[in-house]
Amino acid sequence: MTERRLDAAGLRRRTQELLAAHPPAATDRQTFLEARFDAGLAWVHYPEGLGGLGAPRSLQAVVDAELEAAGAPDNDPRRIGIGLGMAAPTILRYGTEEQQRRFLRPLWTGQEVWCQLFSEPGAGSDLAALGTRAVRDGDDWVVDGQKVWTSSAHVARWAILIARTDPDLPKHQGITYFLCDMSDPGVEVRPLRQITGEAEFNEVFLTGVRIPDSHRLGGVGEGWRVAQTTLMNERVSIGGMRLPREGGMIGPVAKTWRERPELRTHDLHQRLLRLWVEAEVSRLTAERLRQQLAAGQPGYEGSGMKLAFARLNQEISGLEVELRGEEGLLYDDWTMRRPELVDFTGRDAGYRYLRAKGNSIEGGTSEILLNIVAERVLGLPAEPRTDKDVAWKDLAR
Amino acid sequence: MTDLLYSEEEEALRAAVRDLLTDHCDAAGVLARAESEAPHDLALWKSLAEGMGLAGLLVPEEQGGQGATHREAAVVLEELGRAVAPVPYLTSAVVATEALLACGEEELLARLASGRTVGVLAVALHLAPGAAFPAVRVQDGVLHGELTGIADAAAADVLLVPAEDGGLYAVDSDAVTVTGQVSLDLTRPVAAVRLDGAAGRRVGDAGPAVRRALRAAAGLLASEQFGLADWSLTETVRYLKERKQFNRPVGGFQALKHRLAQLWLEVVNLRAAARNAADALARDEDADVAAAVAQAYAAPVAVHAAEEALQLHGGIGMTWEHPVHLYLKRAKADSLAYGTAGAHREALAGLVDLQAP
Repeated sequence: MTERRLDAAGLRRRTQELLAAHPPAATDRQTFLEARFDAGLAWVHYPEGLGGLGAPRSLQAVVDAELEAAGAPDNDPRRIGIGLGMAAPTILRYGTEEQQRRFLRPLWTGQEVWCQLFSEPGAGSDLAALGTRAVRDGDDWVVDGQKVWTSSAHVARWAILIARTDPDLPKHQGITYFLCDMSDPGVEVRPLRQITGEAEFNEVFLTGVRIPDSHRLGGVGEGWRVAQTTLMNERVSIGGMRLPREGGMIGPVAKTWRERPELRTHDLHQRLLRLWVEAEVSRLTAERLRQQLAAGQPGYEGSGMKLAFARLNQEISGLEVELRGEEGLLYDDWTMRRPELVDFTGRDAGYRYLRAKGNSIEGGTSEILLNIVAERVLGLPAEPRTDKDVAWKDLAR
Repeated sequence: MTDLLYSEEEEALRAAVRDLLTDHCDAAGVLARAESEAPHDLALWKSLAEGMGLAGLLVPEEQGGQGATHREAAVVLEELGRAVAPVPYLTSAVVATEALLACGEEELLARLASGRTVGVLAVALHLAPGAAFPAVRVQDGVLHGELTGIADAAAADVLLVPAEDGGLYAVDSDAVTVTGQVSLDLTRPVAAVRLDGAAGRRVGDAGPAVRRALRAAAGLLASEQFGLADWSLTETVRYLKERKQFNRPVGGFQALKHRLAQLWLEVVNLRAAARNAADALARDEDADVAAAVAQAYAAPVAVHAAEEALQLHGGIGMTWEHPVHLYLKRAKADSLAYGTAGAHREALAGLVDLQAP
């Protein structure tokens, strides 16, 4: 075979070959996605054989544009965000070759949905204090405990799981990372209804769940380090979105303001303009972060993006409820549902207002993020630690 | 497409300006000069403007300038803000220069670009782009009247004076009386300019020239404000790592860590807004909105940063000896300069169609 270059032209040619061999109109969706994965065009920056070509990440856009133009199906990334954004980079970094071959293909095609079993009722901000136990039993581990705030658990086939394998060690050292089969009879998923009325998240009870040792990711006791890869990828994905002006939560409010002059007051006008400016500046900061990443100069802005995103979403949606006057007294629907997808701006003002309350809690509370900025970015002294050299089993709880 | 980063050349420019300021613009010197008869540092100005050729950044090469853009001028202003340098860069190399560019005037423009002449637009510092501005009388071919609140007028060789006939007149500073006003900002003092039959040369129409000059000023002032805010944050973080009370560094208390982290976020946002304004002015695309957004955001952040710096320094921050007050005074005066944040928000209401009730 002649050498094939990994530039834009080369990738365009490979994409055309894929489309010729598997015309989207005449190919079943799953078959097409598998063929795309096998052609290395799923995520071109991944290694060959694992859905990629070891090409620069920026060239993915070339492939996506060609496929979109040809009307090819995509893998519905919003439905499988946890798999793509969190499980996959962790499996790529820490998985054995066998694990990578077994899991990445169905993960990427969406055949197998993933969820994340990290937070617990007693381990939120202090995630490393988690108490779900995994005990070795022959070739298996037996897991018992309770996880919470698990999106997609009710549709997931697999989970990334961290559990305590040695309670006699200090908390960060006794944790191990597993890939957990959600169809195990010991896994029970219960909806967790939230203030919006629906149940976007779940509680997951693990009772005698058996996980083969071959589904351990990374070494025994190395789970905390492995989990850092997952968590860092979670925060990066929040800053990476590219929005047009008025692209976020400010959009619906500005639209209402323009279309409903009868709702306008001077007080609301002052507040709206302030928030509009802040939303625009936040958008520019996110865009600057994106440009820094593309230029290979990672900036610290990412650590703060989620802080700004949460506060702005809350203030803007709060303003919107007030702006609506009498309609602000209403709510679209309190029916308990279990949505598969979450769209922060997809429903009415009341929903947006309530859902935004979670933005400063999920994925690291704003208070913890402020600590992170102060310590990692500004280099201020760390919080005093009383739990570092104490065995997990002796910690106060 | 908007480029919000700094190029290698821009970073090199920053390093050169910073080196010069480190050697020739320390806080103690700035403070001593502020109370002297000559509040402007003209030796420093000569090094920046003539020596490094920075006065002509916005002027095309064929007109005697460097042919650079607002992006480079913004980098210079960041560094000047970081040092609260008492030089007429914003007023001469940006505001007066933009006014002359709008007029299509070449002789005086080239003199300003060379740095050998300091030009100042005789419009009060607090006026926003688009605001009405006072003008002097023209009688028998000479100018009569008084204009106040003119920043850096004391350092000017030439004043650009709007007149009631709609013209913008170049007037030698020898032909007018400049009286320094006791100013809140010690490092960019304002002055009253009195014209008693001063001879002037009409260089163009005042309306469009003032408008263009003040828009560029508002947009680029955000970079100076970023410099002020970044100094305030950096210096406060440094001090709080060092200062000990209750047997530990004060910077380890969570209440203060969170305040500084919030401030960091504001400063990071301000940099993006300021870069966006500089880039938009350089490309003359979306510049009205970009300048208004930058100014609506920058003014409160720079003031907040200086106020936090003062408070978190404790007693030492309240002394005349410590430089933080120079930054606070500049930041507060800057919050009025070229229109308040509120004036720019009002402008945005029209620009992005979010009309008042």
